Amino acid sequence: MNVPDDLRYCSSHEWVRLEGDIATVGITDHAQAELTDVVFVEPPAVGRAVDFEDPTAVVESVKAASDIYAPCSGEVVEANPEVESDPSLVNTDPYGKGWIFKLKVANPEDIGKLMDPDAYRAHIS
Amino acid sequence: MPVQYTSIMEEHEAVRTGAGIFDISHMGQFFVDGPGACDWLNHMLTNDVSALQPGQGHYTLMLNETGGVIDDLILYRTGPESFFLVVNAAKIEEDHAWLTSHAGQDARLRDESDAWAGMAVQGPRATEILAQACPEMELPPRNGIIATADGCIFCRTGYTGEDGFEFFCPADEAEARWKNFTSAGAVPCGLGARDTLRLEMCFPLNGNDLSPERTPVESGLGFFCKKDSGAYIGGDVVARQKAEGPTARLCAIRYTGSGAPPRAHYPVLDADGNELGELTSGVLSPTLRRGIAMAYLPATLAKPGTPLLIDVRGRQFPAEVVKKPFYKRA
Repeated sequence: MNVPDDLRYCSSHEWVRLEGDIATVGITDHAQAELTDVVFVEPPAVGRAVDFEDPTAVVESVKAASDIYAPCSGEVVEANPEVESDPSLVNTDPYGKGWIFKLKVANPEDIGKLMDPDAYRAHIS
Repeated sequence: MPVQYTSIMEEHEAVRTGAGIFDISHMGQFFVDGPGACDWLNHMLTNDVSALQPGQGHYTLMLNETGGVIDDLILYRTGPESFFLVVNAAKIEEDHAWLTSHAGQDARLRDESDAWAGMAVQGPRATEILAQACPEMELPPRNGIIATADGCIFCRTGYTGEDGFEFFCPADEAEARWKNFTSAGAVPCGLGARDTLRLEMCFPLNGNDLSPERTPVESGLGFFCKKDSGAYIGGDVVARQKAEGPTARLCAIRYTGSGAPPRAHYPVLDADGNELGELTSGVLSPTLRRGIAMAYLPATLAKPGTPLLIDVRGRQFPAEVVKKPFYKRA
C-alpha cells in the first residue's frame, strides 16, 4: 500500500497535506482498497466550520457509506468538484485528483499531532 | 460468505457476462418424506405441491395465520413421497420450529442444514463451467432437481436472473468441489454481488422486503399462492386481499438521475415531500449505473411513473416507480 512520506494520517484512514494553514484531505490508498468501487462522494459545504473528528464528508462504495472525519478543527474552504462528477478518482488517484476537501486550519500545530507515515504503516499492517 | 472477494462491481459483471460462484452453505436444507408429505406441505406452503412431478421444483412461501411471510423457499419433489426444501439461513430455526409445531400425519421432517454445503454457479457461461467441471453431468430443465450417484444434488435455479444451477454436497467435500468450479472459470462472488444481482431482478430478500407483517399479495408474489383459500395457513387472508386488492404494494423504484446510492431504511417521500415509508432494499445498480430500490407504497401510488423522492442524510434525490424487474436479460 502506498503511504507517501510527505503526509500525515488519521486512524480513520484520512490523509492530510498541510500547505500554510490550508489542509487538503482525502482517504488513503489502504482505505480506497478496502472500500473498492467508490460510486459517490458527498463533499461538505464551503464555509462550514468543523471540529476535530466531525463527520465532514461521505464516501460511498456499492457496499457501504463511510464518513470522512475532519483531521483537525477549521473551516471548509474548498470541496473537490471532480470527485463529485467522477467518484472513481478516489480509487485511481487517492493522493492526487481524488482529494475530497480543504480546510483552513484553526491551529496548524494540530496537524503535527496526527500519525506520521511510519505510524500509519504500522496502523494498517 | 464474505461481502466481496475482489469487488462487487467486478463480481456482478462476472455473473451478468460470464459465470460467478457463490458459497450458499449458510442456507438451510430440509427433507420431508412419508405418505402424508404432499398433503402436509400443501397445508404449510402457498404454492400447489401436488402440481410438482418428481424432479421438479418451484418457489413457494410459508405464511403465518395472518398471511404474513415467515419464509420464502424453493421446494423440490424428489420422489412420489419425498421433498427437498432450501430455506433462508436466518430462518432455519424459525422455519423448523413452525413446521414442527404444525406436524403432519405420516410426514417426517429432517433438518440437515449442518451436513450440506451449497454453491450457486450463475451466469451465461454456467453450463460451460459445468461441462468442464463435471463432464458427465447433464442439468435438469429450469427449476428441476437431480440427485447424483455420488450423493450430490443439482438444482437448475438461482437468485441472479441468469441461467445456472445450485449444487449441494456433503460439507466435507465443499472445498474440493468449489476449487473444481473455480478452476473451470467460475469467479468467486460474495454477498454484496448477490444483493445487487437479486435486486436488479426484484427478487425479494426475506427480512428486508418480506416480513411477518406483509402478505405475498402486498409483496407482489400472489402468483405463487395457487390454491384455494382454505388449503394452507394464511390462505384466507391471501384470498381476501386478492379479491379486494391490497392497500400497499412492494414497488420497484429507480432514481431518475445520479445520486447517493439508496439503501434499506432510507425514507421515501412523495413528490411534495410527504413521507410514505422507507426503502426495504436499495443499491446502486452496477448494470444500470442508477440507484434502484424497493419499498411498500400505498396502492394508489404503486403505478409506474409515480414521482418520488429518496431522502439520503437529508438530501433528496428524485426517483420514480418503474415496472419490475429493473434488469432484463438481453
